[in-house]
Amino acid sequence: MLEIKNLHVSIEEKKIIKGLNLSINKGEVHALMGPNGSGKSTLSYVLSGKDKYEIDDGTIEYNEKNLLELDVDERANEGLFLAFQYPMEIPGVQTSFFLKTAINSKRKYLGHSEMDALEFAKLMKSKAEELNINNEMLKRDLNVNYSGGEKKKQEILQMSMLSPKMAILDETDSGLDIDALRIVSEGVNKLRSKENSFLVITHYQRLLNYIKPDFVHIIADGRIVKSGDYSLALELEEKGYEEISKSA
Amino acid sequence: MAATEQTIKQVNTLGDTDYKYGFSTELDEIRPPKGLNEDIIKFISAQKDEPEWMLDWRLNAFKVFNKLPKPEWAKLNIPEIDYQDCYYYSIPKSLKDKPKSLDEIDPEIIKTYEKLGIPLKEQKMLSGIAVDAVFDSVSVATTYKKQLSDLGIVFCSISEAVKTHPDLVKKYLGSVIPVSDHSFAALNSAVFTDGSFIYIPEGVRCPVELSTYFRINAMNTGQFERTLIIADKDSYVSYLEGCTAPMRDENQLHAANVELVALDNAEIKYSTVQNWYPGDKEGKGGIYNFVTKRGACRGKNSKISWTQVETGSAITWKYPSCILQGDNSKGEFYSVAITNNMQQADTGTKMIHIGKNTSSKIISKGISAGKANNTYRGLVNILSKAKNARNFTQCDSLLIGNKCGAHTVPYIESSNSDSMVEHEATTSKINEDQLFYCQQRGLNSEDAVGLIVNGFCKEVLQHLPMEFAVEAQKLVAISLEGSVG
Ligand SMILES: Nc1ncnc2c1ncn2[C@@H]1O[C@H](COP(=O)(O)OP(=O)(O)OP(=O)(O)O)[C@@H](O)[C@H]1O
Ligand SMILES: [Mg+2]
Repeated sequence: MLEIKNLHVSIEEKKIIKGLNLSINKGEVHALMGPNGSGKSTLSYVLSGKDKYEIDDGTIEYNEKNLLELDVDERANEGLFLAFQYPMEIPGVQTSFFLKTAINSKRKYLGHSEMDALEFAKLMKSKAEELNINNEMLKRDLNVNYSGGEKKKQEILQMSMLSPKMAILDETDSGLDIDALRIVSEGVNKLRSKENSFLVITHYQRLLNYIKPDFVHIIADGRIVKSGDYSLALELEEKGYEEISKSA
Repeated sequence: MAATEQTIKQVNTLGDTDYKYGFSTELDEIRPPKGLNEDIIKFISAQKDEPEWMLDWRLNAFKVFNKLPKPEWAKLNIPEIDYQDCYYYSIPKSLKDKPKSLDEIDPEIIKTYEKLGIPLKEQKMLSGIAVDAVFDSVSVATTYKKQLSDLGIVFCSISEAVKTHPDLVKKYLGSVIPVSDHSFAALNSAVFTDGSFIYIPEGVRCPVELSTYFRINAMNTGQFERTLIIADKDSYVSYLEGCTAPMRDENQLHAANVELVALDNAEIKYSTVQNWYPGDKEGKGGIYNFVTKRGACRGKNSKISWTQVETGSAITWKYPSCILQGDNSKGEFYSVAITNNMQQADTGTKMIHIGKNTSSKIISKGISAGKANNTYRGLVNILSKAKNARNFTQCDSLLIGNKCGAHTVPYIESSNSDSMVEHEATTSKINEDQLFYCQQRGLNSEDAVGLIVNGFCKEVLQHLPMEFAVEAQKLVAISLEGSVG
């Protein structure tokens, strides 16, 4: 599904990612953990194609395509989804309208006709209910004056409506209360299948109790310094980054 | 169905029959020579079979025009206009310069029109086959003629009104915009060719949106519409105006005058979606849109509300205004002005508070892209008798790219101490992170810009009648194409 080889990325001459390798197969859930400023969000932006990042070296293959050649929207429509660490507010644009526009953009890209209004309304209602997002919320402007947790839930709503093949969740758990954490995790788990993959960026082992990863990676200073299974997250919880990185 | 759509449909049906049958008779007619003089004015008046008082009115306006200085242009870069190098009256062209065929029209513009949902037939008219008069209020008048006349509503072309309702025309024409107001007002008064006339009788609420779809067709022709709307006591009307023009290399002059009169407790809602041809990317061609729009709230508790979406024209110079004479009268101005490439817009409003407890509200959204310049220029004038007058003004500017400009020029004059004037202004650049976010959700860059800009304009767009709002949203997105990436 996703194959990152020897990735080097810099921004404004500053090297952030320094030789990162990561391979994610269909159906796998990978967790990425690492100290602040280690390059996790940078990686998520590079994967989704944000500009101003300089790819100094390396390759990224996504579904047998050269990911780096695709535009941001092409990547999205090819099934790559990023749940933002800091979702954007779009004043004057109703949340439900935004969702509809996103869904129809994808359908257009895939050569399908626009989703019928009724079908859309049904889909949105059922997905929103699963995430405990009320209807009033969907009538408001996208993310404007949403609480931190509400924004994160909105990201997961968008994800579940777009049903991506490869979803990157950048600290989606940060800012969620305990109930919301469970609900959001259930939302993610519902999407898990043999076909879909996830890269879950988090600081907290607790999330991984809900979303059981197949692999856990630790990133430090722009490189993956250690990989393992779920037990690595537990070990990290115990020892902290410094010790783990040293032993690597 | 959207009123404009309906207009277009109607015109298409007309165009069809005209094209096949009625058209040839008109082809025989001759276009008067270029130039501005008394003979041309007499010619126009004669063509329209006008009564003498109307011709005299025109000739007087021409005298005034010759005496008036040209308006001074702040912030606009306007080439000298040669009034003698312009046609003032246009009828279908002779077979000899038969208009370009559909295939000769730039595919870009065809695409644009397709996106707007204006059918192919419409494009056929674009190439110059249609007659101004065909567009002149025909559709609605035809569609709802019976319903409207049962209510006593008059909706017809101004030329027709001159003949059928001379008393109303004499009483109100030039009463809001005096002939001597400025040179374009005088010019228009001298040579106006057509436009709409509306009279809503006392106590009548007009049940449908009245709509006119203006376009400039012939080459080198100035267009001078004249619109007059009178809402008698306790009446209500909502009027929509759509404008498009074909692509031409040379600049064309459009100098319309629009006068509104609202008597006691009457309300007029006037919406415009202006999409005249803006010229090409280098600034070649395009319409010079110098329009005078003014409404008089003559009666107590009357209300006039202007909503405009200005996306076209090479140069726009337009300040729809309200004269708040009646006590408790209200004026509103909601504006979206978009300039892209080399376009220039200088637009805003004037709110003149004369009566007691008068209030006005101004919401202006200016968007600039490319190398365009966009200026909001507004005047709030509170006269000494306007006790308790209120104004709220909000001007927001959005910049797309680094080469465009936005300017806000508010003038506030208050001669009354119990009045209250509030002014808020912001200028911001389109947010790259918002664009990225939208694109990450699958929107291409143009759709993303369209979405964000439409969000920015929402406060204004929501004042448009429903059917119109959807078209306006599309137009907003289309007019910014090519502004990013
Ligand atoms: N535009 C930029 N200019 C300069 N430095 C930048 C820029 N963007 C990111 N960085 C730097 O790159 C490094 C990696 O940032 P990144 O956001 O990827 O970290 P992170 O691992 O996501 O951290 P956190 O856990 O705090 O979210 C940081 O040191 C950050 O300051
Ligand atoms: Mg981060």
